[in-house]
Amino acid sequence: MLRDARLVARKDLRIELVSKVIAGQIVPFGLIVLLLFGLAVSPDLAVLGRDGRSVLAQVAPGLFWVAVVLSALLAVGRSFAVEAQDGNLDALKMTGLDPAGVFLGKAAAVAVELFILELILGIGAFILYGTPIASWALLAATIVLTTAGITAAGTVYAALAAGLRVRDTLVPLLLLPVLTPVLLGASIATEAALFGPPSDGWSWVLLLGAFALLYVGVGIVAFGSIMEE
Amino acid sequence: MSDRADTGVPSTVVQLDGVISVINGFPALSGIDLEIEEGEIVLVRGPNGAGKSTLLRLCAGLASIDGGSGEVLGFDLGDRRQRRSLRREAGLLAHQTFLYDDLTVDENVAFWAAANRVEPDTVDPVLDRLGLAGRLRSVRASSLSAGQRRRASLAVLVCRRPRLWLLDEPHAGLDADGQRVVDQLVRHAVGFGATVLISSHDVDRVAEVADRSVTLVGGRLDSQASASNRVRRAS
Repeated sequence: MLRDARLVARKDLRIELVSKVIAGQIVPFGLIVLLLFGLAVSPDLAVLGRDGRSVLAQVAPGLFWVAVVLSALLAVGRSFAVEAQDGNLDALKMTGLDPAGVFLGKAAAVAVELFILELILGIGAFILYGTPIASWALLAATIVLTTAGITAAGTVYAALAAGLRVRDTLVPLLLLPVLTPVLLGASIATEAALFGPPSDGWSWVLLLGAFALLYVGVGIVAFGSIMEE
Repeated sequence: MSDRADTGVPSTVVQLDGVISVINGFPALSGIDLEIEEGEIVLVRGPNGAGKSTLLRLCAGLASIDGGSGEVLGFDLGDRRQRRSLRREAGLLAHQTFLYDDLTVDENVAFWAAANRVEPDTVDPVLDRLGLAGRLRSVRASSLSAGQRRRASLAVLVCRRPRLWLLDEPHAGLDADGQRVVDQLVRHAVGFGATVLISSHDVDRVAEVADRSVTLVGGRLDSQASASNRVRRAS
C-alpha cells in the first residue's frame, strides 16, 4: 500500500511540477482571495475588536482557512482531472495498484501542494493582517491536521465525482458542507495559536484530528468501491 | 507459460452466455454468446455503435454484466472482486491512450510499468521495438502525434505481458511500419500463449493475423456473418 502511495504521489507531484497549475493558478487564486478579503474588511475598524485588535486581525484566521479551502477545491479537482483525461482512471483500475495506496498517494500529493500554498498564504496573511503568533506548536498541529482533513475528504469526494460530467460543480457542492466543522475548528484553533491562550485551541485540534482520521479511514477502506462507481 | 503450451490442450479463455451489458441505460450488449479458446486471435467486426468496445471492456473487467453469465480467464464477470482480479491479467488498448499529457514518454511508461509491477529493465527493449527510442523518450505526451501516442500506449501493454490482449482499433493512427509492428507483436504474444481479441474496421488487415472473426450488430452477435467470415491466420 505504501509503495503504491509513493508511486502515485510522486507521479502527481511530477505532473504539477511540470504543468505549473498549482504555482501558476491555484496559489495566485488563494492570494487573490486573501487580498479581496483584506480589502472587503476595513483594517481601521477596531471598535468591535477583542483585546483592542482590529476586526481584520480578529477574522484573519477564518479568512486564511476560507482561502485555503477554496484553493483546495481547485487542487483536488485538478488531481482527478488528470485521471479523467485520456481514460487514465480505467488504466489505474487495470493495474495491480492497491486502491488504498492510490487514495493515500493522491491525498499526500494534494497535501504537499496545500502545505506550500499555506506557507505562501500564511506569509501573505502576516503581511496583510499583521498577526502575531502565541503558540507555534498549536499552529503547527492545527495546520497539519486541518490539511490532512481537507485533503482526505477532498480526495474522497473528488473521486466520487470523477466519472461524472458535472464533477467540477459537484465537488464544491459536496465538499463545502462537509468541511464546515473543519473550517470552524481550524479558525478557532488558529485564533488561539495566534493570539492565545493556546489552551483554548487544543480541544479543537482534537476535533480536527478526529475528522482527519475519519476521512483517511474512509478513503483507505472505501476507495476501491468509490473508484468503481 | 500457458496451459496450452504445457499440455497442448486449449482451454477456454472467454466464455459468455447470453451476456447483457447496459451502459447509461442503453443495452450495449444484448445477449452475447461467445467462446474463445486460449491462443486464438479473434477479430470483432461490426458497424459503429455495435458494441465492439463494450465487449472488449467487458472482457477487461471494466464493464459489468446485467444479464446472462460470463467468465474470462476463469474469473466470473458477475463478481466485482473477480472482475478486479481479471483486470490485472488482461491488457486493453482502447481508443484512449492512457497517457498523462504533462509527463514524457519515459515517465509515462515508467509509471505504468511500476504500477503494473513490471521489471524496469524490460521497458527499454520494448520502447526500441516500437520506435520510441532516443529523443522521443523525453518528449511530453501532449507533444506526440496520434500515432506516437498509440505506440507509447502499446509499449505499456507489451511490457505488461497480459494473458488476454484486448485491442480496440490497434492500427488506427499508425503508419505502415507501425501497423506491421502491431501485427508482429500480436503473433509474438500468441506464440507465448496469449489470446487476442481485436476490434477493427480494418478487416482486411486484421484478417491476415486473425484465426476467425465474429460480427456484432446492434449489440448482438450475427452468427451467420460470424460463421461465413472464418479466416485463416497468415503464416
